[in-house]
Amino acid sequence: MINLYEVSETNHMIESENLDVRTITLGISLLDCISDSLDRLCDNIYSKITAYAKDLVRVGDQIEAEFGFPVVNKRVAITPVSIIGASSCHTTADYVRIAETLDRAAHDIGVNFIGGYSALVSKDMTPGEELFIRSIPEALERTERVCSSVVAGSSKTGINMDVVRLMGDIIVETAHRTKEDDSIGCAKLVVLCNAPDDNPFMAGAFLGVTEGDCVINVGVSGPGVVRHALTQAHGLNFKELCDVIKKTAFKITRIGQLAAERASQELHVPFGIVDLSLAPTPAVGDSIADILQEMGLESAGAPGTTAALAMLNDQVKKGGVMAASCVGGLSGAFIPVSEDRAMIEAAAEGAITIEKLEAMTCVCSVGLDMIAIPGDTGAATISGIIADEMAIGMVNGKTTAVRIIPVEGKNVGDFAHFGGLLGDAPVMPVNRKDCSEFVNRGGRIPAPIHSFKN
Amino acid sequence: MKRAVITVVGKDSVGIIARICSYLADRGINILDISQTIVGGYFNMMMIIDATPIDDSFASVARDIKKLGVELGMDIHCQKEEIFESMHRI
Repeated sequence: MINLYEVSETNHMIESENLDVRTITLGISLLDCISDSLDRLCDNIYSKITAYAKDLVRVGDQIEAEFGFPVVNKRVAITPVSIIGASSCHTTADYVRIAETLDRAAHDIGVNFIGGYSALVSKDMTPGEELFIRSIPEALERTERVCSSVVAGSSKTGINMDVVRLMGDIIVETAHRTKEDDSIGCAKLVVLCNAPDDNPFMAGAFLGVTEGDCVINVGVSGPGVVRHALTQAHGLNFKELCDVIKKTAFKITRIGQLAAERASQELHVPFGIVDLSLAPTPAVGDSIADILQEMGLESAGAPGTTAALAMLNDQVKKGGVMAASCVGGLSGAFIPVSEDRAMIEAAAEGAITIEKLEAMTCVCSVGLDMIAIPGDTGAATISGIIADEMAIGMVNGKTTAVRIIPVEGKNVGDFAHFGGLLGDAPVMPVNRKDCSEFVNRGGRIPAPIHSFKN
Repeated sequence: MKRAVITVVGKDSVGIIARICSYLADRGINILDISQTIVGGYFNMMMIIDATPIDDSFASVARDIKKLGVELGMDIHCQKEEIFESMHRI
């Protein structure tokens, strides 16, 4: 039988170390909503989402009450809208109507984000998909809860540089349209390479077309728990340090598995995956950068950061895999700047730069995440940053992403304030050397030779 | 049998266990095991209960017990045993 020590350990993790289930994300396929009439499509979308997800928030709250751990977010991910809207949308305004329908559905079921205002264009794009991408800035301006993503590359297809170039413009326009709120629209827009179909985390969540009608995917968290465990690990060698992380990751992941099973049972929806990600929040102590410091670095960004992060990421997976029946999504350590207090401090004092963050994305999930850059950064430079990140994902066969915010009217030294889980970010300097001739070439960077595995 | 764990942490005072036990008895909930320690004047108790009779209304009972804790000035939680089993047993 369970003993007092074990109960105290679990409850200490919840109460003092920010252990939580970060998100229960209900994936809903909208393929059967497709219609050539926009009115009918929007009605179908609203009806299906509100019917399938009507109990999501109640069940999340019930799980919280039954087990005593917070279920921070309840969210919905849908089939990419560029596919759903292809036969009925003829203008960008048509796509924006779908975004507004999604926003209304999200509001009415009480979820804070709905993901899937997305396009899968890693190889090429149809005219409809281009139209969809051009609708993103207005969609993000006119909605509050809709998250958008564009998959611009993969290890199998290479990098669609036409999309990468276009996304530079789209990000700049989104920043401009939401300038009153520190360009927050860009915090809900991510460009991905090798995007998983079952990612429960926003802003990149969507339900891939290979998925079923409805599925529960769960993202756990717990950087604070790992950090606390490492406070007891000073002086240990790497092997012993790895064991501490693995054991802790196992315990954290078991909570995610439990929440996923319970949500699946209560909602009568199949359980998909547990995403083994360490996702920080702006709360004190709930930080990946704190973990790196606990390992022996003065600050995130110090020499050794990439090695420490690689080790952390690998041990989290090794500990978590055995704790969950199915693992998927992004699964790794996230390094968003604005959502991690110690990372914000490191960026504000110049200890960490975009180039170091880029190097770190080679060894962890996901990419350049929640980074504020000067508002006058050109679209071509943003496209260049995206291209670099896509290349890392393509060559290394991993998911990478760029969620970067050119904060209009702000410059290096200023702070952008997004609020809530999105946090605050110091505006970081960007390399101003011109890359426009490169990104404007057009076409596609072919897949690397090691992608031909058949 | 569905089991749950009630934990009580806070400054020791008279009648804590009595209040919780009478709440449970009123609802026909049987107590299976109690262990407690007092460290530095702080009361730390764990009670394992048979939660079968309240299985359908567990979330609301857990919320009630939390409120009882607020009245007593203690930190009281009632959680399904699976959370601890999941985390600490393979």
